[in-house]
Amino acid sequence: MHLGMLLEMAADGMADRVALGPLASGLTFAELASRARRLGAALEARPGERVGLIDLNSPAVPLTLFGSAIAGKPFVPINYRLADPQLRAIVARTAPATIIVGEGVVERVGPVDGVEFLSRAEALALAEDPEGKEKDGWGGDADEIAVLLFTSGTTGEPKAAVLRHSNLTEYIISTVEFAGSAEDEAAIVSVPPYHIAGISAVLSSTYSGRRVVQLEAFDPTAWVTTVRVESITHAMVVPTMLGRILDIVEADGLGLPSLRSLSYGGGPMPLPVIERAVGLLPNVGFVNAYGLTETSSTIAVLGPDDHQAAFANDDPTVRARLASVGKPLPTLEVSIRDAAGIEVPVGERGEICVRGGQVSGEYLGRGTTLDSDGWFPTRDEGHLDEGGYLFVHGRLDDVIVRGGENLSPGEIEAVLLEHPGVLEAAVVGIPNKEWGEQVVAAVVTSGGVTEEDLKAHVRTQLRSSRTPDHIQFREELPFNESGKLLRRVLRTELSEAFT
Amino acid sequence: MSLVTKPGTRYRSTVDQTEFIVVKPAKGPIDLRCGGHPVVAIGTEAPTGLTLDPAFSAGTPLGKRFADTDSGLELLCTKGGTGSLSIGEVILAQKDAKPLPSSD
Repeated sequence: MHLGMLLEMAADGMADRVALGPLASGLTFAELASRARRLGAALEARPGERVGLIDLNSPAVPLTLFGSAIAGKPFVPINYRLADPQLRAIVARTAPATIIVGEGVVERVGPVDGVEFLSRAEALALAEDPEGKEKDGWGGDADEIAVLLFTSGTTGEPKAAVLRHSNLTEYIISTVEFAGSAEDEAAIVSVPPYHIAGISAVLSSTYSGRRVVQLEAFDPTAWVTTVRVESITHAMVVPTMLGRILDIVEADGLGLPSLRSLSYGGGPMPLPVIERAVGLLPNVGFVNAYGLTETSSTIAVLGPDDHQAAFANDDPTVRARLASVGKPLPTLEVSIRDAAGIEVPVGERGEICVRGGQVSGEYLGRGTTLDSDGWFPTRDEGHLDEGGYLFVHGRLDDVIVRGGENLSPGEIEAVLLEHPGVLEAAVVGIPNKEWGEQVVAAVVTSGGVTEEDLKAHVRTQLRSSRTPDHIQFREELPFNESGKLLRRVLRTELSEAFT
Repeated sequence: MSLVTKPGTRYRSTVDQTEFIVVKPAKGPIDLRCGGHPVVAIGTEAPTGLTLDPAFSAGTPLGKRFADTDSGLELLCTKGGTGSLSIGEVILAQKDAKPLPSSD
């Protein structure tokens, strides 16, 4: 199956529904498809094997995603927030390509061999041109590359994850019911286009027939205003976004009356934040989604019913599931394995491995990371409980080895975040002569909390080896714009401070 | 006439507008029909002059999935039509959707 086919089906089955923009003036699915076919014809004729995009959210994002697919060229959305030298390096790796750019990008990047730039306005004009030829959207091979996404490079040189048409369409057709959205549903998209959630939002909304309203980039005030003005029913946020949204909703007391479903993912959500969200937004169904770029987005979901059951239940096993990412999708398999690759018993921790049609696990120029049986090792640590709920404990590469004992930063962070005075917490291992590594925490607090308070708090919940040796109080933690903690940056800073 | 189905292969009806894609292949060769007549792969020539068999005219709605538990076959309709999908004379059952909570 091919991305062009998803759009064709939407245009065939829901031609007059509004696909993109305000209800009164937005593009219908028929218009979206027709413009994507025109842009596809233009992109096919342009130089380069790939189609890049360095821009904020705009109608050019879905049009270029589908237009590239129709043109038979991989779509490569690139992080516009990268520093100029990194941005130039990624652009050079995308060549030969036509790259659609927002304001100021050409000046930042400068000329690059094999790259031709096209402004957002020019791309939109090609899509709108009534004289423009429309390329048939059905064509293409399901095994071709649909999207290349550069990983954030928080742990090293960014890799380009390969997502083929078959991976993305398998994810969509197995998780989304075609035309399954009610006519009044609308989703706000505020995640950036170079994030897998930005891609999957476009595809899921198109296939389900849900109108999309875009924010150029996330801003909490604009987000809350847009949700209210556009009667938004569905949204996806990363944890750092949710806290800032709740601050506004709490301050003005006006709620988010139209919102029905709020999904969160992209990083561990502190339990106090989700408890606060449930209190402030009592009519919203919360969905926790866990997924990776390499798995075409979501692989496990904790749905609204699970959230309610966990809140309403005194059984500690059920209540603990609020901290889980729910159950794996029925269309894929999850296996928790030890370092030797042997599946561990239920309840024990190991590496989360996943297998299924939506799983790519492939990087451009590096080949596949799937094992001979098709399993993708995620490098995330996790465990399954007796009910099949998946718990994620963080990156295996972040595990702290203190005196031969493996400590999971996520577990210590979760305990720190349960302290009422702690707003944000991160735990890393730094080199130590005696222990190999020692545990160090960085926290943002609301004030009035001492280092000794927090150490005592951790010591009473976990054993003493897991109690941080040092705690740094900070104004903020280093997050990237997708809400991912820049652990490498933090580790360097804390190493300098405490060794 | 029997077909060996492969995932991702697209077929069409010879007597109505129905088009579909193979999501999961059947274990062995099957006599896959729409509107009472064998389907053809998209891009290949089809016999002409056939007419829709009224016994197989309940229709195939766009975006719906059809499955056969015996053979493991699963199809997704990519263009709706008036014919019904069948293996031989046995009409394929529409698969009940169990939508997951929206996570995007």
